[in-house]
Amino acid sequence: MSESSSKEGFAVSRRSFLKTFGTTAAAAATAQVETIAAELQQANAERVVGPGAVPITLQINGKAVKLELEPRVTLLDALRNHLSYTGAKEVCDRATCGACTVLVDDQPVYACSMLAIEAQGKAITTVEGLAENGRLSPVQEAFVDQDALMCGYCTPGFVMSVTALLKRNPKPTAEDVKHACAGNLCRCGTQPRILQAALKAAGVQTASKTEVISYARLA
Amino acid sequence: MPGWPENRTHIGSHARRVDGPAKVTGAAKYASDVQPEGWLYGMILRSRWPKARILSINIEKAKQVPGIKAVILVREGERIVRYYGEELAAVAGTTKQACLDALRAIEVRARELPFVVNEEDAREEDSPRVWDESPNLSRARDESRGDVDKAFSEAAVVVEGNFSTSVQIHHPLETHGNTVLWADDGITCWASTQGITSVRNGLAGALSVPQSQVRVICEYMGGGFGAKLGFGVEGALAARLSREAKAPVKLMLTRFDQSLAVGNRPSTFQKIRLGAASDGTLLAYELDNYGTAGIGAGGATEGGSGDVRIPAPYIYQVPNVRARQASVAVNAGSARAFRAPSHPPASFGMESIMDELAVKLNMDPLELRILNNKPTSPNAGDALVRQIREKEFLLGAERFGWKQKYKKPGSSPGPIKTGVGCAAATWGGGGRGTRAEAQINPDGTVEIRCGTQDLGTGTKTVIAVIAADIFGLKPEQIQVRVGDTNFPPSGGSGGSTTAASVSPAIYDVCTKALGQLQQQTGVADARGANWAAACKKLGVDPLVVQGQWQQGLSSSGAAGVQFAEVEVDTETGFVRLKKILCVQDCGLVVSKLTAESQVNGGIIMGIGYALYEGRVMDRNTGVVLNPNFETYKLPGIADIPEIEIILLDMPERGVIGIGEPVTIPTAAAIANAVANAIGVRVNSLPITPEKVLAALGKVTTA
Repeated sequence: MSESSSKEGFAVSRRSFLKTFGTTAAAAATAQVETIAAELQQANAERVVGPGAVPITLQINGKAVKLELEPRVTLLDALRNHLSYTGAKEVCDRATCGACTVLVDDQPVYACSMLAIEAQGKAITTVEGLAENGRLSPVQEAFVDQDALMCGYCTPGFVMSVTALLKRNPKPTAEDVKHACAGNLCRCGTQPRILQAALKAAGVQTASKTEVISYARLA
Repeated sequence: MPGWPENRTHIGSHARRVDGPAKVTGAAKYASDVQPEGWLYGMILRSRWPKARILSINIEKAKQVPGIKAVILVREGERIVRYYGEELAAVAGTTKQACLDALRAIEVRARELPFVVNEEDAREEDSPRVWDESPNLSRARDESRGDVDKAFSEAAVVVEGNFSTSVQIHHPLETHGNTVLWADDGITCWASTQGITSVRNGLAGALSVPQSQVRVICEYMGGGFGAKLGFGVEGALAARLSREAKAPVKLMLTRFDQSLAVGNRPSTFQKIRLGAASDGTLLAYELDNYGTAGIGAGGATEGGSGDVRIPAPYIYQVPNVRARQASVAVNAGSARAFRAPSHPPASFGMESIMDELAVKLNMDPLELRILNNKPTSPNAGDALVRQIREKEFLLGAERFGWKQKYKKPGSSPGPIKTGVGCAAATWGGGGRGTRAEAQINPDGTVEIRCGTQDLGTGTKTVIAVIAADIFGLKPEQIQVRVGDTNFPPSGGSGGSTTAASVSPAIYDVCTKALGQLQQQTGVADARGANWAAACKKLGVDPLVVQGQWQQGLSSSGAAGVQFAEVEVDTETGFVRLKKILCVQDCGLVVSKLTAESQVNGGIIMGIGYALYEGRVMDRNTGVVLNPNFETYKLPGIADIPEIEIILLDMPERGVIGIGEPVTIPTAAAIANAVANAIGVRVNSLPITPEKVLAALGKVTTA
């Protein structure tokens, strides 16, 4: 948004700022890293893309998908808004909540903080790609069984983080699970049961301390 | 009067959440996920000034941005904006990038006006006014009974203290927003809402469209916690953009927007004085309280219940009471109802001063609570809740090991000190008018339709287990459809009323449907094994039956107690939670698994309120300084202690809501445990390491 107000301080535009300070600073920086800059320029010369839409191919859940996207489009934006993979959610859009977690070459990645063009040539797995022939994956099954979800909006992100954990560590401890899910937030309060579900999916026995007592039988 | 069946197979069982599979596979479609053909992306331009006269807004350049299909103003002409984040204009375009470019291209001319965002500043006579026509500080509402001054003069012990709580932001993970199509034949709105009917009526009114031509759909929604009861400015903007662009528009707020403009829990500054006889019997209570609901105050907030005033005194019986409460307006987004409005801050103040009193009387805080929880009024409902609460205190204390764990404040050795605390809740949670429809098809399938909404609380599962028990089927065999204004109406989901409203209606409609099925087909008992054969006899047309909420299957009035155990590092000020134990009644336990999840949720939200959460405003610029999750901290998985849950099952009372009582006492119990650990009290929420160190005299007060 460009705005002006009666206080002059707000009226400095990006262009005038760059004119005043930017060129000097940029010149100094260029001088310092001249060699690297030259190398980069050469390396990038044939691969400069944008700002308009460019053809992009993504491998999503084993399928090649062709798209025309501006280079600034994030992987999350591409999945949710340019395609129909809406399992990954947009919650913070700045790498703090994990609701957009997908697997990129089996690594958990915040899809809001990776550009779609960077994800080319890599295997992208979304929450829609976990169940096979309608059968829930062991992690999904454990989430349902342990009621590790409420409103469900953070759930796909947690499912992906736990899935990635079990791929690299099939027998995690409770501390491992907490570490793996440290980058995922939930507002409904499903965390205790996500911990239980992750351990259950790994075949680790857990006991939850919950009990229903008949009031009539209380002394 | 009807009653719940004695033999219950699925009611009260561990039955799985019926929409669990849809939520773990990404198949569940939220308002933010639906993609009606040709949908456009929508975004809002907000005020960057805490108060300003908007002179003009030029949207011409924004309209020229490639991909942009509509640009609209919230209001034509000059206007005043009163907080950082107030809506100015909105855009719709084919991509998010186009919308971002268009927002940047909108030119706003504004004249800044004096503002105030700090409660204490705003109370001053010479403070800039939020509303020109009235002072920031509202006239205090006085309540009193008995002879307070006399009672204080006769009290053996008097304690007093100042307790403050921060503005808490709801932050449901799905932001507020809608996908709206405004076509010639009316409006279809996929809403993320707690009240489909109120959204329908609100949109119809705001846009001058007949209610019959507005349909609101909310099959799944990503949390609300009280902030999503109305249609919202953003809902009306999405509809207007849709009409202008002649295409569906999805307008979901950003996390930044969410921090500024769509509700919060008001702050409180409570000065409390409490007097008691030497045996601990409370005699006199006095409260002076003020807080801010932002630019809103009291019932002026959307959905109501964003009131600054707290129930005073909270829970414990005091014969002589004087309470003065006022709200103070500041230039910040308005408060809204927030899970158990007014109760968590009331609990924090009252339970804190109760512990101070116990220390001064050299009494066990638990005994002091039980003593002053005794029923004194002839109200039978109140007496029952107090009786339940006493049993919960006793059962909880036994399971928690209170007698072994409670020590003199600050007496644990070493730099890392342990402490325990307890606190109690009270809540209504009763039901009211809801209608529902059951359709039994000749192939034996069952559809239940009810115009309620499932916020993630488990409403669909509650419906499925009740229907399954009445028909002798499995919950998976019941197709539950909610969240559509084309279905028979239910109320908004607020006040923990949903389970108690919906359950009796489902009982009624299913009982009637079973009776009609049996009558129509001549099958004496159509349940269970006979179901398929009976349904086949229906012939071609399905059986469709309507039912409604009935008296006697639900009631109001829940108690609930919580115990907390903490470790406090006196060198860093860091509080580590070791354990929370909750004993909670909710009448008949309908769905054990989802009820327990609700308890976890309430406690964890209470942990956030106790230790982490608080909106921070910049006094000099009037902006919200923590409009994101890096700086507004929610509890993470590693912050959560062992949580032990004991539900008391009382089928004779029928169904009572559980979502709100379970979040009330958590912060107070934690605050008491911290005070018990370190021997001094942190009297302000959230209890940050800095405040702990300040209370210990290790750093100067913030």
